[in-house]
Amino acid sequence: MTDHIVSKKTYALIFATLLVLTGVTTAIGYVDLGRMNVVVALAIAAFKGVLVVLFFMHLAYSRRLTQLTIVAAFLWLSLLIALTLADIWSRGWIVGTGK
Amino acid sequence: MASGTRTLALRHQFASAEQQKDASTLGMWIFLVTEIMFFGGMFCMYTVYRSLYATAFGAGSNHLDVTLGAVSTVVLIASSFTMALAVNSAETGNRRALITNLIITILLAAGFLVTEMWEWYQLHQEHLMPGSGFRFEGPDPGHVQIFFSMYFSMTGLHASHVLIGIGLLTVTAIRAARGTFPAGYSTPIEIAGLYWHFVDLVWIFLFPLYYLVARHAAHG
Repeated sequence: MTDHIVSKKTYALIFATLLVLTGVTTAIGYVDLGRMNVVVALAIAAFKGVLVVLFFMHLAYSRRLTQLTIVAAFLWLSLLIALTLADIWSRGWIVGTGK
Repeated sequence: MASGTRTLALRHQFASAEQQKDASTLGMWIFLVTEIMFFGGMFCMYTVYRSLYATAFGAGSNHLDVTLGAVSTVVLIASSFTMALAVNSAETGNRRALITNLIITILLAAGFLVTEMWEWYQLHQEHLMPGSGFRFEGPDPGHVQIFFSMYFSMTGLHASHVLIGIGLLTVTAIRAARGTFPAGYSTPIEIAGLYWHFVDLVWIFLFPLYYLVARHAAHG
């Protein structure tokens, strides 16, 4: 659809943001935030990922059908991880069956 | 019959160049969705084992070289940037810039592989490659070995994608140099770009999940 050409300036801006965030996530890795370390690291990674998908991969300018396809993929991925963890973490809740 | 805009690159089953491009883009994304689920299974396995053996994962992670990891991240992000520039060059019909950007992207991809192989070599020297030669002095070596098995399989799968990407970009660069792509037909470059950005996307998650597990807890 859209013959939207993303400008070099936009690409450069995204590139600079990704570099800064790489520095930030590496630096924060050395700060003890307890259990929040992994949350912050994943939040930064997710934000970087969204930038890549939206601008480098042009999803921000794609058709709704393409956008829905990608959203569906990540929905299924989160189901995969969430239900697997629900299984792993709840083992042993029922006395006599689990370990 | 078809009355849409005809270009050299328009195949007869499509009504218009626009429809053809939509079909190509969606098709590539469907393929990438299968890739997301492919890597997703491994990320799921990572999540389970890290939640079970967090301490061993931290101990293993602190044997990885953060500097190398950060450098390879920067190199890969830079290659994604030059790939984006290549797409822009194709769209604006600048063939010379397109070829230059593709070549820089390929070189950066090769640079990424060199840093990663250096990391693997170092781990091999430290006897941290899983198998009969695996030795880990700290506590819980069995679960640390699980960490390294997953590190090598996930970065290995990713590295194989980098290799395929280099092949894909090389073919694209050669075709561009031969003038195979008519002016204004940038779809093949965009599709190759989607693949390359996906490779970058996976690494954006691999870097913090493997290199930054427990940095704050240990030095040296």
